[in-house]
Amino acid sequence: MSSEKIIMEKNLNLNLKVWRQKNASDKGKFEEYKVNDISTDMSFLEMFDVLNERLNNEGKDPVAFDHDCREGICGSCSMYINGRPHGPKQTTTCQLHMRSFNDGDTIVVEPWRAQPFPVIKDLVVDRSAFDRIISSGGFISVNTGNAQDANAIPIPKDAADESFAAAACIGCGACVAACKNASAMLFVSAKVSQLALLPQGMPERKKRVMEMVAQMDAEGFGACTNTGACSAECPKEISLSNIARMNREYIVAELSSDSK
Amino acid sequence: MTSSKIDSKIPEGNLEQKWTKYRSTVPLVNPANKRTLEIIIVGSGLAGASAAASLSELGYKVKVFCFQDSARRAHSIAAQGGINAAKNYQNDGDSTYRLFYDTIKGGDYRSREGNVYRLAEVSTSIIDQCVAIGVPFAREYGGLLSNRSFGGTQVQRTFYAAGQTGQQLLLGAYSGLQRQVGSGNVKMYARHEMLDVVTIEGVCRGIIARDLVTGKLERHFGHAVLLCSGGYGNAFFLSTNAMGSNVTAAWKAHKKGALFANPCFTQIHPTCIPVSGDHQSKLTLMSESLRNDGRIWVPKKQEDAKSLRENRIKPNDIKEEDRDYYLERRYPAFGNLVPRDVASRAAKERCDAGFGVNKTGEAVFLDFAFNTLRYGHIEATKKGIHNPNETQVIEMGRAVVKEKYGNLFDMYQQITGVNPYDQPMMIYPAVHYTMGGLWVDYNLMTNVPGLYALGEANFSDHGSNRLGASALMQGLADGYFVIPYTIGSYLSNEIRTKAIPTDHVAFAEAEQNVQSSIDKLFAIKGTKSVDYFHKKLGLIMWNKCGMARNEEGLKSAISEIQELRKQFWNEVRVPGSKDEFNPELEKAGRVADFLELGELMCKDALSRNESCGGHFREEYQTDEGEAMRDDENFKYVAAWEYMQGVNWELHKEDLIYDNIKIAARSYK
Repeated sequence: MSSEKIIMEKNLNLNLKVWRQKNASDKGKFEEYKVNDISTDMSFLEMFDVLNERLNNEGKDPVAFDHDCREGICGSCSMYINGRPHGPKQTTTCQLHMRSFNDGDTIVVEPWRAQPFPVIKDLVVDRSAFDRIISSGGFISVNTGNAQDANAIPIPKDAADESFAAAACIGCGACVAACKNASAMLFVSAKVSQLALLPQGMPERKKRVMEMVAQMDAEGFGACTNTGACSAECPKEISLSNIARMNREYIVAELSSDSK
Repeated sequence: MTSSKIDSKIPEGNLEQKWTKYRSTVPLVNPANKRTLEIIIVGSGLAGASAAASLSELGYKVKVFCFQDSARRAHSIAAQGGINAAKNYQNDGDSTYRLFYDTIKGGDYRSREGNVYRLAEVSTSIIDQCVAIGVPFAREYGGLLSNRSFGGTQVQRTFYAAGQTGQQLLLGAYSGLQRQVGSGNVKMYARHEMLDVVTIEGVCRGIIARDLVTGKLERHFGHAVLLCSGGYGNAFFLSTNAMGSNVTAAWKAHKKGALFANPCFTQIHPTCIPVSGDHQSKLTLMSESLRNDGRIWVPKKQEDAKSLRENRIKPNDIKEEDRDYYLERRYPAFGNLVPRDVASRAAKERCDAGFGVNKTGEAVFLDFAFNTLRYGHIEATKKGIHNPNETQVIEMGRAVVKEKYGNLFDMYQQITGVNPYDQPMMIYPAVHYTMGGLWVDYNLMTNVPGLYALGEANFSDHGSNRLGASALMQGLADGYFVIPYTIGSYLSNEIRTKAIPTDHVAFAEAEQNVQSSIDKLFAIKGTKSVDYFHKKLGLIMWNKCGMARNEEGLKSAISEIQELRKQFWNEVRVPGSKDEFNPELEKAGRVADFLELGELMCKDALSRNESCGGHFREEYQTDEGEAMRDDENFKYVAAWEYMQGVNWELHKEDLIYDNIKIAARSYK
């Protein structure tokens, strides 16, 4: 990360346009709120805490949003901010700080927009499609207690590092939200790559990619047209090359007779 | 004397044979019967997910509940540094016994020998299992696994995946869980919160859960219920826990008769990003692994500290001879890698004495400059550069540091706006983990038959202080390698119990109770938010039941909490309705439980008239300010029984040390 100069704390007044939707069947609409005296040291979610505390005190319904770890790893905090998943920085919403905004800014906040991620309430969406994709093949079928010694199979450091880089995916869904086709290729390919790069993943290699792609399609995610918005917005910088790898894996599996 | 209410069921025989012999003799359940036995698991972190996968693989019918939108988001995901295992891959003298010994000593002699030895024994199988299911641990160029050191040990036994070890281990366990979901053996209930345990004639028979999307209450039967619901650090409001982490599942079990053990044993982690203002919603950990290469210091001179606080000088302006590397000074044998409780207290001591370095006076430096240069010189030598200039050395050194801790450095910069490659990090202790939890026997069963607690939710293995990289080890040990065996000793007697229909009166009553407490919360229609009360409770706990405690403070904390609880039930406002997705309602229920637990934590701290591990009573310290244990009177587990009207009775379990000679705990 490049060195940034220290920005001293100051306070901001902001206009928020927030998507409010009571439940899945409600049509939903934007509502406007003013928030004042927001410290630049706050995270974006802490700014929402301030808004919610106020709404609560005014006897109004707070804005529902998903959040949990607030340290950039659980993948919960799905907010589409000013037209970008997680806002202007390539990070999660919880790690986005108000020093990225200016006094007087208008900030538009929406939920992830994708057909396979239906809205539950306000900014909260249902991402269980991702779990179903993992259930279809995103694993190595080794039961507990079967394993040999952990150092029995050496794995070249480069392969292990590359596998780890793919495994760093937090399942937030920003890739889908960023994609004009609502494609989940980056998410699926990260898991396919992680396991395809490891010798332990070899036995199920072909079956895995076929079944995960089939499930991805069944969930209604769109196709990939190589725009690269997914990777550009991914808070964990998952590389587009994973999609290329998954395409290779898929072709190999498709062409070999034993996977049919 | 151990109370008659308590039977720890530690197997007879010598330490090395206990678990082996137990496994060979524990009653089994045949595969056909397993298919008819139903197990409920609450929580999908390392303990819950690994238990769910393993039990389902054995053939049991499993239901898993988590309040998050996916099992993958459980807070184990945020563990950074690593997982311990006695593999001795580094040839540095590690062994099962040494891991066992380090853990008992690290816990300041307040944990059970039998449990901890078993933990050390199964630690090696965890690493094997994780590698087999595709966890991409860090490796050396030869292709074998890499290790690093953590606090309280002198060997390198910590396995890791950059600063995201918890994430990788959880995603591994989660993939095993999802495999079972996919094959129909596990039914997953995400966005569900357990709100009560159902008991019939004193035996646990199921749970009441709320569907957090629709608000509907559900009844679920189970032959056994496993609580894998994590710790209760959020009683302090500010902690490194996730926002949703809570005590509710464990607390409901406690109120149904399960004993709660050592509630005051809280781990305050020494290296967290300091509080920046009143808006703060949570604190962020900087992994203990950083203490491998980061040196902790404050200025030697108070006037330098003052200038730093007033932003008149920069840390790098302070000359080497004017810096106090106080951990290296006080604890030369372990230096910066002393255990967490020791490091936290030492930081507090320096800051209280006026040497704090940020605007609040509550921060110390964690400085990588020395080791950056060291690595730079090593790299230069490797590359055959004989007279590298300083810029080259720093550049090469930073590359090494980035490779090891890059994601942590990025996180620090995002949160603070300061680049830690240029300037030392500022850190301060924060609540991180709770060693206390539901009392369990050797089988991980609470005193309520059929009700188990695994992982951080139980009290069993870490005594009064947990060593770094041991939480992941315990969570996965419990789930992968302990419960699959120990649950057989109970379920083998349950094969004739048919699934109890959930229209049974016990289920109806439990659901009714949950319903009325929800109705009661809405009926208050007060004026103050849930967070208002949570923050107040947090301040009381931090100031009076935090890093240092004393009799007077604890007594006043107890009455303040009682008062706050009363105020909560008269003045809280819960917006919205019960039949919808309502995060404020969820929080209200959790804070109501914290308001009871907080009192018990203070009571426990007040009754333990000694200092041990994370429990530091100011009245009981040596002349050098070290914790002073009282083995004569307090070598026991304090197991509290809930009585009517928010009251408790204490039961004691004596701790017996047959193999370890207990001694003053020294890291000097």
